[in-house]
Amino acid sequence: MSNVRPDCRYAKSHEWLRLETDGTATVGITEYAQNSLGDITFVQLPKVGVVFKAGESFGVVESVKAASDLYAPVAGSVLAVNAALDGAPEKVNQSPFDGGWMIKLKIANPADVGALLSPDDYSKLTG
Amino acid sequence: MSELKCTPLRDFHVAHGGRLVDFAGWEMPVQYRSILEEHKAVRRAAGLFDVSHMGEVDVRGPEAGRFLNHLVTNDVGRLYPGRVLYSPMCYTTGGVVDDLLVYLRGPEDYFLCINAANIDKDLAWIREQAAQFNVVVTDRSPDYAQLAVQGPKAPAIVQSLTAVKLELIKYYHFAEGTVAGVPCLISRTGYTGEDGFELYHPAAEARRLAEALLEAGAGLGLELAGLGARDSLRLEAGYPLYGHEITADISPLAAGLGWTVKLDKGVDFIGRAALAAEKTAGSMKRIVFFKTGDRRIVRAGSPVLGPTGEVGRVVSGTLSPILNEAIGSALVNANAVLAPLAVDIRGAKINLQLVKPPFVSLKKA
Repeated sequence: MSNVRPDCRYAKSHEWLRLETDGTATVGITEYAQNSLGDITFVQLPKVGVVFKAGESFGVVESVKAASDLYAPVAGSVLAVNAALDGAPEKVNQSPFDGGWMIKLKIANPADVGALLSPDDYSKLTG
Repeated sequence: MSELKCTPLRDFHVAHGGRLVDFAGWEMPVQYRSILEEHKAVRRAAGLFDVSHMGEVDVRGPEAGRFLNHLVTNDVGRLYPGRVLYSPMCYTTGGVVDDLLVYLRGPEDYFLCINAANIDKDLAWIREQAAQFNVVVTDRSPDYAQLAVQGPKAPAIVQSLTAVKLELIKYYHFAEGTVAGVPCLISRTGYTGEDGFELYHPAAEARRLAEALLEAGAGLGLELAGLGARDSLRLEAGYPLYGHEITADISPLAAGLGWTVKLDKGVDFIGRAALAAEKTAGSMKRIVFFKTGDRRIVRAGSPVLGPTGEVGRVVSGTLSPILNEAIGSALVNANAVLAPLAVDIRGAKINLQLVKPPFVSLKKA
């Protein structure tokens, strides 16, 4: 599985953000992150409508090893959460960029996206 | 900085996608594919574990049996050649030095299997206690590798590689023979709750035996399984792990292993007086097993909350991929065991449902 998608931008904390055609952003964790975590057993996601600052924790991903916070790559409000992760958190391991998506955000400030890492820069970060 | 020890199968693990971690100073695979998938494979078909890091000790001599019956809490006198005994060995306080397996091979010839994390400590303790007995204690750990094949398909897989009639080896018994041409002590024991075998063999033959087992098991669903799955399987089976459910401060009685403490076996043993007193008075704290009905893992060290406040702490916790809920064990004040118990996970109160293990029904021999 490829570590990076060309249509995403990345946070140093290993979340990806993809701008959709309708201007909303989808957020999840990367292939590198799911691989480091191991078997993901539980994903705690926020309620729709909650507002986050850039870098603020929006949830928790639990694996057999440990629990880790999830960080909002940009400021925004939650439009949707992936309810499928409730019964099948392993989707994050199996398909971190697609079926394992976590939240959809209405971005507060579109310029924030530019501040995230490019696919190339994220690749370098994760070797 | 000390280097990690490795088993003869280190390169084999890497070649098969094993993720190596430091376990008690050993470089061991925590998983290959997925802890949860490896766990399910063991319950459904079979898993192959490298447990070569475990320690092996020969105890031989005219007083070997007498010495061991003094050393451990269970009754060594019940052994006959070909039988295996599980027992803790305790300090005079009744706290546990380690839990181990005792094998009787022949007259005056015993073999012990001890935990990897405790090899040095156990050997020092055993040698000190053996001083007054006519026995010879020899550390055989470097000579042996050990592979465990565990699961309902384990007997078929091992049988295909040996002329030894495995159906004649009952649970907690062993035989010596060859498997895939490798001389083995074939032990019908294990740490998963499933039927299966632990194969003690010369360290130099480990790779050959592992490859043969993998090939023999390929069509039967055998998977390589790591220490992560080993831990979730043993917890699901309700088996103690030294350092968690049994420690220098948690006696076998407190841990629910009263059946391994034979106060009436007719000879004194180390810790007998303290354990007899604890049995009469009742343990102050007890190990309990629980499930939560929730998928959030209850981590070791978490406080256990009763009606009056903190009444204990979690000692083991994982997700059972069979039950799809968190399971674990906790050390709890004996007077709080019947009260409603809970833990706090990130602000959420999660109730503990006490369970008498095993958590799942086991089909071992």
